[in-house]
Order: sequence, then C-alpha cells, then structure tokens
Amino acid sequence: MKKVEVITPILNANDLVAQENQGLLKSYQIMAVNLMASPGAGKTSLILKTGKALKGRVRLGVVEGDVASRIDADKVAAADIPVIQINTGGECHLEALTVQKALKALPLSEIDILFIENVGKSHLSRRISTRRNDSHRRRQRAGGR
Amino acid sequence: MRYLSSVAVLMRRMDAFSWFLMHELSVTEQLLNVVLEHARKASAKQVLKVNVVIGDLTGFVNESIQFYFDLLSKGTEAEKAGLAIARIPSRVRCRNCKKEFQPAEGDWSCPLCGGLIEEVLGGRELYVESIEVE
Repeated sequence: MKKVEVITPILNANDLVAQENQGLLKSYQIMAVNLMASPGAGKTSLILKTGKALKGRVRLGVVEGDVASRIDADKVAAADIPVIQINTGGECHLEALTVQKALKALPLSEIDILFIENVGKSHLSRRISTRRNDSHRRRQRAGGR
Repeated sequence: MRYLSSVAVLMRRMDAFSWFLMHELSVTEQLLNVVLEHARKASAKQVLKVNVVIGDLTGFVNESIQFYFDLLSKGTEAEKAGLAIARIPSRVRCRNCKKEFQPAEGDWSCPLCGGLIEEVLGGRELYVESIEVE
C-alpha cells in the first residue's frame, strides 16, 4: 500500500465559472451584491429605494432573476437602472453561467454596484405544497375563496 | 452512464429536493475525477482509501457524498475505496471585538459582544487530502 499526497481542491464547473465572474467584476471594480429572500420579502423594493437614495452618486446595475415573468425587471428599468432579465424557467436559483451571460450583456464600465436579484428559493416550497394550491384553485373555480 | 441515468430518474422523483441532491452529485463527480487522476499518475491498480476534507460551511452532507461516490465509482479503480471524510467546523472572527468563535446554528452573532462577522476563517474547505493506493 502506498499513500499519495493529493491536496487538490474539488471545484465543480459552477465554481470555475463563478471565479471567472469574480475576476470580471474585479477588473471593472464593481461591487456585486447577491440578494436572496423569499418571494415578496422586498428584494426589488430594496433595489429601487437604494437606486433612488444613491442617484447621481453611485451607478447601479441589476441582474433580475425570475422564474418566468419580467415584472421586476420592468420596474427597475423604469427607474433608469440598467437591468438584464434572466428567466430561469423553473430552476431554483441563478447559476454562475447564467449570471455570466447577463454580465456580458450589461454596460459594466458604467456600473459601480451590481445587484443580483436572485430567485427566492421558496418557490420550491410552493412546488412541495402544490396539492394545497390545487385545492385552493379548485375552490376559486367553484366561486368560493 | 447507466448509473447516471438512474440518478437522473431518482432526482426527478425527488423533484423538490433535486437542487439539494444535484449539488452533491456534481461535487462527487469532481471528487472522483481528482482521485482517479492521481491514482493513474501513481500507476495504481486500486484505490483503497480516499481522505477528503470538507468544511461545515460548504453545506455538503457526508451521507449524500458517500451515496454518490459508491454509485459513480463502480467500474473504476476506486470502486472498493473507503471514503474517510474529515469535517472542519466553521470558524469566524468578530468585527467588533476580534474574538474568534464557532457560530451557533442559525445565530452568527458574536457570543461575547453580539457583533457581526468580519471574516470567515474556516469551514469552507473542500479538497482531497490524500489517497491510499496499491
């Protein structure tokens, strides 16, 4: 038997792309903030209010993660903040690669702080409780609440 | 490949937990790649033991990694290898009083002064330390 020293980090593909993203952000001297909270917690509101408070002093950019809609992205765009919408289509959160695509589409040289509004993970819990939602919908269809 | 497709079926069945399972799957694939690469470099016929270091902050679950390792290593030199996982507890430093401590579950404030965290000192480790081969 022979012992072989390895000491090699285990990085998955996501980590490698994440490292690239970090390098890209660093080269443009952008501070990135990953916002994660349940749906309805106020992620978009926080971004909009921050944009208002820092207007003219700090340039914001936003990556909007959403399962399907672009309601939030429209709100942010209406506030004159550069925004890229990513629809994950059922994925529970933004992966490094999807973030990288968004980064490449943003005017990075005109951004100081980048907010990444992640998908609230609890849409998973919504999937778990589909049965309850179904009965709720059935009640709605029947005209009740 | 046969095993991978059964993993996929299993993940689809688990549906809501698939994100959780998937994380360990890709990490265990990478773990196995590292192990086999070093085993071949050492011209080993068989891997007997794999010593892995995992920090608590990675969130990876030993049992889940073991499960995927058994599945993925079938038919490779590491098929019969035992997996020895050393866990590193999380360790952080207080921004306020600079005390180093292990954060409690769900409470990351400093036990001395209630301050916020300045730096994570340990718990993010994720590497293959060594392998035992023949």
